Amino acid sequence: MIAPWWETGALSPPGVLVAGLFVGIAFGACLERAGLGSAKKLIGQFTLKDMAVFKVMFTAIVTAMLGVFWLSRVGVLDLDKVYLPETFVLPQLAGGVIFGVGFALAGLCPGTSCVAAATGRGDGLAVVLGMLAGVLATGLALPTFQEFFVSTAKGGFTLSQAFGVTDGAVVFAIVALALVGFAVTSRIERWASRTST
Amino acid sequence: MTNPHGSDQPRPYADPYLAGVALGLVLLAAFVLTGRGLGASGAFATVASTVVNAASSTTAQGNPFFADHRDAGGVWSDWLVIELAGLCIGAFLSARFANRVRLEVERGAHTTVRGRLGAAAAGGAVMGVGAVLARGCTSGQALTGGALLSVGSWIFIAGAFASAYAVARMRRRAWS
Repeated sequence: MIAPWWETGALSPPGVLVAGLFVGIAFGACLERAGLGSAKKLIGQFTLKDMAVFKVMFTAIVTAMLGVFWLSRVGVLDLDKVYLPETFVLPQLAGGVIFGVGFALAGLCPGTSCVAAATGRGDGLAVVLGMLAGVLATGLALPTFQEFFVSTAKGGFTLSQAFGVTDGAVVFAIVALALVGFAVTSRIERWASRTST
Repeated sequence: MTNPHGSDQPRPYADPYLAGVALGLVLLAAFVLTGRGLGASGAFATVASTVVNAASSTTAQGNPFFADHRDAGGVWSDWLVIELAGLCIGAFLSARFANRVRLEVERGAHTTVRGRLGAAAAGGAVMGVGAVLARGCTSGQALTGGALLSVGSWIFIAGAFASAYAVARMRRRAWS
């Protein structure tokens, strides 16, 4: 196992921050190139005319997922040392539903709102400021719903553990679902462009 | 602003699958380098927690959310802010080279500038609530947790897409 470099000590604390800067630059460039800094393009996902959000997101998930899976298989990446976001079933379901409402209103998500703002868009800046206010207010109000916030905690919990199958089986299923999804969304795009002006 | 390509036209966006593969490789690089994925809302939480600390450190210490971001965050709270600063730099450079930097407010033909900015700010605030509850957003949960097969991340993806479709249907006219 030679990675993650930070965990094996190959990267010092200043080194990891420099890595963060370059990872961020590449992250921002990818989102901008894909057109995801444009609310008009993002909203096409929800009016069904332009499914770029789905295609970019699921291609990225599948690419990284296959990379992590195979790098750990061949003994390069130690999966036990990769931080797995913890699962809190009900808070994350509620959080997802609330987040989606804001996403559709804003036409941008937190990362893409920064892309929009950095490329001159005033609506992107408005989303950034709103997001900051929302996080601040929710954080301050957290003690009032602390019990719900930490409810249904499952710790680090993967789909393979939940379904009692191997990681390989889940990876295979997600790749298959993504391929079906790409075929279906391309058809929907053509249909939506034909039926509306 | 001069244009590196000698044309006033913005260049077309990249193919979504190609951009997706590139984004996936960036995420993979983050895993290999640091053992953590990408994030966006976490940097907002760090900034918010710095603001609360500056205003009143007793409030921050008595609050589980802000105390957590201050103490347990360590190098990672800084990492997320630097990564998000990098994201802004990368986005600007990419748009600059493709002649896509525009000072504008993107909106539908029937929406006023003020209406669009109001919806954008309101949407941002609502996403802030959701991201705190979910412990992340499209970056930290959907992309990062999704690639690591986290149950909570896939629940977040399903919930977010479902409600976004419901709300976007009601607001179709705003973008027509």
